[in-house]
Amino acid sequence: MQDITLHITDREGVTHEVLAPTDMNMNLMEVVRSYELAPEGTIGICGGMAMCASCQCYVTSDHELPEKSDDEEAMLAEAFYVEDNSRLGCQIHIHPELNGLQVQLAPEE
Amino acid sequence: MIKTDILIIGAGPTGLFTVFEAGLLKLKCHLIDALPQPGGQCAEIYPKKPIYDIPAFPEILAGDLVDNLMKQIEPFQPGFTLGERAETIEKQEDGSFIVTTNKGTLHQAPVVAIAGGLGSFEPRKPPIASIGKYEDKGVEYIIRDPEIYRDKKVVIAGGGDSALDWSIFLANVASEVTLIHRRNEFRGALDSVEKVQELKDLGKITLITPAEVKDIIGEDKVEGILVKKEDESFTIECDHFVPLFGLAPKLGPIADWGLEIEKNAIKVDNSLDYQTNIPGIYAIGDVNTYPGKLKLILCGFHEATLMCQSAYQRIHPDRRYVMKYTTVGGVEGFDGSKKEAPKAVVKAIE
Repeated sequence: MQDITLHITDREGVTHEVLAPTDMNMNLMEVVRSYELAPEGTIGICGGMAMCASCQCYVTSDHELPEKSDDEEAMLAEAFYVEDNSRLGCQIHIHPELNGLQVQLAPEE
Repeated sequence: MIKTDILIIGAGPTGLFTVFEAGLLKLKCHLIDALPQPGGQCAEIYPKKPIYDIPAFPEILAGDLVDNLMKQIEPFQPGFTLGERAETIEKQEDGSFIVTTNKGTLHQAPVVAIAGGLGSFEPRKPPIASIGKYEDKGVEYIIRDPEIYRDKKVVIAGGGDSALDWSIFLANVASEVTLIHRRNEFRGALDSVEKVQELKDLGKITLITPAEVKDIIGEDKVEGILVKKEDESFTIECDHFVPLFGLAPKLGPIADWGLEIEKNAIKVDNSLDYQTNIPGIYAIGDVNTYPGKLKLILCGFHEATLMCQSAYQRIHPDRRYVMKYTTVGGVEGFDGSKKEAPKAVVKAIE
């Protein structure tokens, strides 16, 4: 199965180029956790249900992403440090078209 | 002083199941939780979400899992200190521990089991640099006594049920209620949204959306707030600013108890009994860490079971015991109840 490359800038500003599998039903928050790019307990607190904003990130490349669900919209409306390009990492599923995606993790609340 | 055998900090699924396993060993439990109801995240964050990896339950709602656990532990009559956060722990000369909550409730036990999940739930605070200066001087994250808002000007921020419900309630208490939210849509019960709409139309609530509170104004107490609405910024005079952005878990005071912490979790000895670096204090469920740790409810159940065996030995060092199957021994409650398998009928056939 095809792995894709993602460029993830952590909360310290360091950019990591990482490989992510496309066949494991993973989302971006889980990829960040699997590479330990943010300390455990500071990301994915709700487990990936769009019920906290600990995996908020800014998408800096122009990849086409799926529309935000109502849950994601509502959570982002109550999150802090939100920008126009904010998304919840747990709602971005890893698939081949996301190869080369660039994201930056939002600050910890 | 509340005295018990095992003092459990955290009333989530792992903490609740500990009561059952301890009960089989005739050990009494008392639970402390910062939330007002048992169930932890399952009850507070996702009661209506189905869980698919609880063994023998192809699917169960998180809220139902909590209800079932409460039913399962009922015969063991656990005590609860709810709505209070475990604040300090002190080891006594006899080896027991005294745990005091933020409201001063004292608990004593020879064994403490921390089943605190990701920590106690604390209000999420908006990133306004000066907000700390105004806490309890006009900024409140939780409404405890609505009377303090009588005839005052109140600004509430948030888009969920608590922001809606308190806006509705305070519309008849405060002199002015302003509700500010970052978008026009609210995530709340439909009748709450409709009620706010009605109060807005009657002029009893001022609604400002899509907007955000950016700063607080005032010498030594809240006198107003700075609001940004699209490209425009303006101030609103008020006596209270109440940001209601829900709750998030924080490890909190437990982090200062002298326990070894790694990855925002408590290190335990998983090869033996999930004990921490302080003998007599165990950590089970999502709050602990060890090589290969998985934060799963089913792992918490396993950890609780092994931990109780060790706690029994600690409490009764001179007594021998071997684990007994419930199919054999049944369940003898502290309330005098007894559940057991029906006896086979032996009868000759004529």
